[in-house]
Amino acid sequence: MFEYNFHWRPVLKSLPDLLQAGLLTLEVAVISMLIGITIGLCLALMRMKLNGPLKWFAVSWIEVARNTPVLFQLFFFGFGLGAAGINLPPYVIIVTGLSFNCAGYLAENFRGGFQAVPDTQMNAARCLGMNGWQTYTRIIIPQVFRIVYHPITNQMVWAVLMSSLGMMIGFRELSGETQFFASRTFRIFEYFAVTAVIYYVIVKLILGLSRLLSARLFRY
Amino acid sequence: MIEIRNLHKHFGDLHVLKGIDLEVKKGEVLSVIGSSGSGKSTLLYCINSLEKIQQGTVKIDGIDVHAKSTDVNKLRQKLGMVFQQWNSFPHLTAMENVALAPRIVKGKSKAEALHIAETQLKHVGLGDKLKSYPSALSGGQQQRLAIARALAMEPEYMLFDEATSALDPEKVGEVLDTMRLLAEEGMTMICVTHEMGFARDVSDRVAYFHHGVMEEIGPPEQIFDNPVSAHTQKFLANVR
Repeated sequence: MFEYNFHWRPVLKSLPDLLQAGLLTLEVAVISMLIGITIGLCLALMRMKLNGPLKWFAVSWIEVARNTPVLFQLFFFGFGLGAAGINLPPYVIIVTGLSFNCAGYLAENFRGGFQAVPDTQMNAARCLGMNGWQTYTRIIIPQVFRIVYHPITNQMVWAVLMSSLGMMIGFRELSGETQFFASRTFRIFEYFAVTAVIYYVIVKLILGLSRLLSARLFRY
Repeated sequence: MIEIRNLHKHFGDLHVLKGIDLEVKKGEVLSVIGSSGSGKSTLLYCINSLEKIQQGTVKIDGIDVHAKSTDVNKLRQKLGMVFQQWNSFPHLTAMENVALAPRIVKGKSKAEALHIAETQLKHVGLGDKLKSYPSALSGGQQQRLAIARALAMEPEYMLFDEATSALDPEKVGEVLDTMRLLAEEGMTMICVTHEMGFARDVSDRVAYFHHGVMEEIGPPEQIFDNPVSAHTQKFLANVR
């Protein structure tokens, strides 16, 4: 029969540390997403508008980021670069890895977004004397952001969950911290159950915030 | 003055404009008629350099539109354009739609740009829609918004690319009325149109295009009542 005895006390005792690690998880995800959005936007434009080496650079990035496991990407930035003598701290590895991955996925979202904005919007803006930069920053990209808003939210959630791979490279974000306590107390189930709840709450907060923000941003 | 000399435009193998010569003087209203695919719209796109040309010249007040040294963004401020698909900017209110270009292209202050926007929107009869988003406007209202947006740049010429052909029939009148108003105010206009009534009543001259060639040009009475070219006669017989 089921003979496992739950012991929640150690978990409760380390709850402040877990919540702290939860904040770190959120921080890593937010920073990775900000970098990922910026690079993703550039990659999408490079892929659509350019020819030659820069285009192929963008295509290769997107291909590798989307078609290989995130864990391998993290290992590359951690152990791969480490073997080449470049030793990055875990925080940098996880942010670099997640940014790399998010940029690849977001680039394709952005590409879809750009294709969904009619070319005629570009003509209309150019006819008013706007230059290319003004047309993109004032007319095209604001519309693209609305189209890709929900995919970006989705990717943000995904970034939070993916950051749990940090524990594989010795980074003590929420999962790494949980693993650390669990292995010291052997209350593995209890720890990960509580951590799952914390992840759930973080994601719920993001989704709620995203909804509030979209109501403010997109009144049309 | 707009001066077009021996203009040729190809889309790949397709020869769309075959040597157009045309002059439009300040204050003149020219209507361009003809069947679909005759090159009417392409002519407008070549005038404001949205399309490159393969041969010939287009000059606006003596400035060669397609010369490499020409600052197209600056030149386009002289040329307002209104499209068949009105192309209002969906993420901006009517006011913002109109105020944006004066503000960022002409460098007007925010207050000034908003003042211009309000004036122009009232001008086209949208004074009660200043804060509306385009999605809350009808097709005719959006097209008048597009006209106000072009006028806010204080252009010297207005190009209309079938401005009424995507509208519900009952909305056509309000846009044509706005165009009439502009013509009466002395705006120089080139109107690609299928509205024969408008072409006859408002234009100083009418040009008929057929397969990339300007078959005939002249005062409306001549084109509509005594067309010389057989193609023009056939076209007008079909649209009547």
